Amino acid sequence: MAGLTLRNVGKSYGALQIMQGLNLDIHDGEFLVLVGPSGCGKSTLLRMIAGLEDITDGTVAIGDKVVNDLPASKRELSMVFQSYALYPHMTVAKNLAFGLQNFRMPKAEVERRVAEAARILQIEPLMARKPRQLSGGQKQRVAIGRAIVREPKLFLFDEPLSNLDAELRVQMRAELASLYARLGTTMIYVTHDQVEAMTMASRIVVLRAGKIEQVGTPQELYTRPQNLFVAGFIGSPKINMLAAEVRAEGGRPVARVAGFADFALPDLSTRDTRLTLCVRPGALHVGEGEVISEGTIRLVEYLGNETLLHVALASGQVVLLSVVGPAPYRAGQTIPIGFDLADLHYFDAEGRRLEPALPAQPQAAFA
Amino acid sequence: MGLDEATRIAHEFKLRRLKRERNGRLLKHAFLIGVSFIMLYPLFWLLSASLKPENEIFGNVDLWPSVFMVENYTKGWHALPESFTVFYVNSAIVTVLSVIGNLLSCSFAAYAFARLRFTGRNFFFALMMMTLMIPYHVVLIPQYVQFLQLGWVDTYLPLVVPRFLASDTFFIFLMVQFFRQLPRELDEAAMIDGCSPFKIYWAIVLPLSLPAMGTAAIFSFIWVWEDFLAPLIYLNDIKSYTVPLALRLFLDQDGQSAYGQMFAMSVLSLVPVVIFFVLFQKLIVRGIATSGMK
Repeated sequence: MAGLTLRNVGKSYGALQIMQGLNLDIHDGEFLVLVGPSGCGKSTLLRMIAGLEDITDGTVAIGDKVVNDLPASKRELSMVFQSYALYPHMTVAKNLAFGLQNFRMPKAEVERRVAEAARILQIEPLMARKPRQLSGGQKQRVAIGRAIVREPKLFLFDEPLSNLDAELRVQMRAELASLYARLGTTMIYVTHDQVEAMTMASRIVVLRAGKIEQVGTPQELYTRPQNLFVAGFIGSPKINMLAAEVRAEGGRPVARVAGFADFALPDLSTRDTRLTLCVRPGALHVGEGEVISEGTIRLVEYLGNETLLHVALASGQVVLLSVVGPAPYRAGQTIPIGFDLADLHYFDAEGRRLEPALPAQPQAAFA
Repeated sequence: MGLDEATRIAHEFKLRRLKRERNGRLLKHAFLIGVSFIMLYPLFWLLSASLKPENEIFGNVDLWPSVFMVENYTKGWHALPESFTVFYVNSAIVTVLSVIGNLLSCSFAAYAFARLRFTGRNFFFALMMMTLMIPYHVVLIPQYVQFLQLGWVDTYLPLVVPRFLASDTFFIFLMVQFFRQLPRELDEAAMIDGCSPFKIYWAIVLPLSLPAMGTAAIFSFIWVWEDFLAPLIYLNDIKSYTVPLALRLFLDQDGQSAYGQMFAMSVLSLVPVVIFFVLFQKLIVRGIATSGMK
């Protein structure tokens, strides 16, 4: 087991710089999830850690050993690929043993490890089959098995669940989480699915365009997103963003949001007059709240445990509102909606988070 | 019109349609059989000529021989100063070595072009593709001079050694195209599993490329087995002749026409090609069946 340190890591293809000055400390035994929209560089970063891509700038260290020039096989890590990358011409047993045999491990030890992995992943009946005779979930297990037998210091996962159907994905997610609990090895997991990130991670790294937007626990990211991008990326259904114009009135900031009555803001210590106020769909209420407005329901989505209302404000902006359980509303209806100031996230003109002065601490609502 | 009547009419229409379809199919098959016959006619002619008495070969258009001259085969085998056993062994040596050489060296070169990163890769690939366009006859004389200086003339070396040096561009190209289709993640998984580039080639890429290898093996076998020009140039001693060279000896014998025997030996010379094709064609099919990645 080992932690991982990235110092000023950069990546460029010729003149094209896709990643620059990345710093990150991954703790020993941590389940770190790299998340971000496609093209944000999360897979590239993982492949740089794996040794499949050159590191053009900075250093990557596993434990306290810089591995920049170490080939992938010497980094004592294993990787699970999106396509599983099982060797099609080898049986499951051979797929598991192949790497160990390459490292000239004694035969008895290879057999012990393969049997152990097969038992953990419950793939013992499949050992004689070829990959093409396996279902998606079984292939996934074998791919994970191939990673475990190495007993690596570091596990890398590159979107391992994205080829599975929804039901299997949820199941494998739980299995991966329990595998992590059992092995306790450092894991780095790339996904574009924020639900996977939220449910499995000890910490999440949100990446965009080769830069780290925020690093934190799932709860930190959800309750205190550091910028608009993270606010919009983490959380499902998506957070509502309201453009606000702020002016001083009697020494206190007052916000005007289209569709709402003007309301006083807590002290945000900013001079920006154009802010973005974000409120989670669950923090918008029907008919109550410190700030009240009216809207017309465009769409009602009943999800069983909650109902999503798409509500058009007077300004034309559609906000999402989630109600627990079934809701007696239908499209076309006009309803009063409102929110409390404590539930708002404030962002300045550049999209950076603003912390309101006490007493209006937004995270108080989640404490 | 009653329901029964309607059913009867519908049934009749159905019968007519089926009949029309059947006639269409018959016509199509008749046409295809006719075309196939035209294409296969030379082969039939060869087969029939190999079994005919000498005077019937060019005198009788009937494909069916009046008497079956099986001794064309038995006598033909020993008609030349050396028996055909010698020629077959010679051909087999040259062909087998050439096929092995082609498969090894071309797949090696192709793997480098398809998978390894090195300076000038695209340039060398383009250069190699250009050699595909040079006709053999252009390099014939310089090559001959070269091999003469090496003292390789009248040995099998000029026929075999170049095959071990990836000289058949077409096969390299074929394999490059095939290797490029293999998912790169397999290479990467193998890299993490501790494989060197050579091990990836040997343990991952080659076993997954059986269809391409089969195709290259078949073509290579056919081309080398049937090759007449290169053996003609480099082999002087009749003891080292390959089968195509030997077949030509039947015509060299002045006055003595032995067409029946020549055709008989020609028919036999096709047998290894057919056997090889049948064997390796299975490999191609099996390769396709195992290459399902996901």
